[in-house]
Amino acid sequence: MTRRREDDPGPRNRAQGALFLGPGLLYWVVLFLAPVGLILVYSFFRRSSIGGVDFTFTLDNYIRATEPLFLRVFWFSLRTALLTTAIALVLGYATAYFIATRTPRWRLPLLVIVVLPFWTNLLIRTYSWIALLNNEGLINKALRSLGLIDEPLPLLNNQFAIVVGLVYAFLPLMVLPLFASIERLGPRLREAGADLGASSVSVFFRVTFPMTLPGVFAGCIFVFVPSLANFIVPDLLGGGLKLMVGNLIQQQFFAARDWPFGAALAMGVILITMVLLVLQALMLRREGRMSSRGA
Amino acid sequence: MAREPGAVMDRTLGAVTGLVYVFLYAPIVVLVLLSFNRSGQSTTWGGFSLKWYGEMFAAEDLIDGLKNTLIVATVTTVIATALGTMLAIGLARHVRSTALDSMLFLPAVVPDLVLAIGLLSFFTLIGLTLGRTTVIASHVVFDMVFVAAIVRTRLGFFDPSIEEAAQDLGASRWSTFHRVTVPLIAPGIVAGALVAFTLSFDEFIIAFFTAGPTAITFPMRVYSRIRFGLTPVVNAIATVMLLVSFTLLLLALKVNGSATRRAIERAEGE
Repeated sequence: MTRRREDDPGPRNRAQGALFLGPGLLYWVVLFLAPVGLILVYSFFRRSSIGGVDFTFTLDNYIRATEPLFLRVFWFSLRTALLTTAIALVLGYATAYFIATRTPRWRLPLLVIVVLPFWTNLLIRTYSWIALLNNEGLINKALRSLGLIDEPLPLLNNQFAIVVGLVYAFLPLMVLPLFASIERLGPRLREAGADLGASSVSVFFRVTFPMTLPGVFAGCIFVFVPSLANFIVPDLLGGGLKLMVGNLIQQQFFAARDWPFGAALAMGVILITMVLLVLQALMLRREGRMSSRGA
Repeated sequence: MAREPGAVMDRTLGAVTGLVYVFLYAPIVVLVLLSFNRSGQSTTWGGFSLKWYGEMFAAEDLIDGLKNTLIVATVTTVIATALGTMLAIGLARHVRSTALDSMLFLPAVVPDLVLAIGLLSFFTLIGLTLGRTTVIASHVVFDMVFVAAIVRTRLGFFDPSIEEAAQDLGASRWSTFHRVTVPLIAPGIVAGALVAFTLSFDEFIIAFFTAGPTAITFPMRVYSRIRFGLTPVVNAIATVMLLVSFTLLLLALKVNGSATRRAIERAEGE
């Protein structure tokens, strides 16, 4: 007798599943897969004289994307997104760890306080940073009245301001997955390590941190990917002086009306996203194998 | 002996967390203060005034944007909640596939700019005029995925054998669905709908590309005001919206919190 595998839903269930999944899947194919696929297709075409798409095959867009001018923008975007992710990881890990080690009744309120700003318009909150960072802004005024500086610090319209804005926008997306994976460990793990005489710092780096890697990876992707393609923060806080690849793409679709070139630039972003997602899937699979062996 | 470094670390982490909270709330405090600033400038304090709250009602561009956004967010939420809930049930109960799972959740990971230019290209190619319909169609793409993720989590909380038991006791598949499954996952559906509404309400980038000139949303109006530096009225409206959403959220938290506390007490009693 063949026993049904537990995760095999069986034929009748599968037919019902199609009924439930059908509408959403269809929607997904038409309004997600097709549009994103279209970006790939357009990236190999030429721009027509009226700003539309001329359907003749070309590699020109990709060749143009590797010109030093554009490579520099890509490099700046990568550096900025990496710096943002690193800062968000350190701040986010400390916050998530602190919240996860409180008593259960404090955890939810503390976590909600992190997520709460998400419920107000990001554009307005980003704009508020201008009032904080500019030469006459609150931070410079405070530092000057404390006598710490004579000249205002250049806090606005540079990479620093962009990184502040991006960390600010995406930090909650780092805290949430980290919190989930740290809380899952429970307090026992650390107690066990402490009983064996290891100091908390070494318990942390040898036991806790490796076990939260899935959360670290998820958080880093949630912060890195939208930072890389952002065009609002560099626009508002970078003063439009420092372009990121998101600004370039946006320009191709509006002012420059060169959709195929914009599509080729977007393919760069898509490619980086895909590589990160594949790496994450591989890591999760390894993690799964290791924990099933351990059990 | 191991306790000493632990306590120091705990205090350090507490300090960092405190700074993170200051970092997250500083711009919000600034925005609320500026909404009461008579001078209307972000750098000089001209005294307390409510005049920007009075001018709020005369800001036709913002009111019109708010109207569009409310329509878009409401319709999007209805469609996305229906599609997302069905997806969640299908994925949790009928077709288990990690590959399908991660593929379906891609719209939540792909940068919104990429989705935005793809949708703009697609709508233009098939000859759709940009307007409310195209914004709604676009917002449903990512909203549906968030609803599915939230409802799925809820479905994971209870045992499918409850549904099987109902069917064994003679309930038809339909009545099992709407009298057992739906009530059990209702909190998940409500939470999903709330998140869907919030995401659509606040969404800027995709709307910026797919709204066209007739369906300019509230965030788009805010963006153009910010670019021209016309922000005191925006600050006033943002403060009002802040108050509304914080109140709603605290209410939700209180309801949810007392339910959680009861659950904890019950678990501790055992």
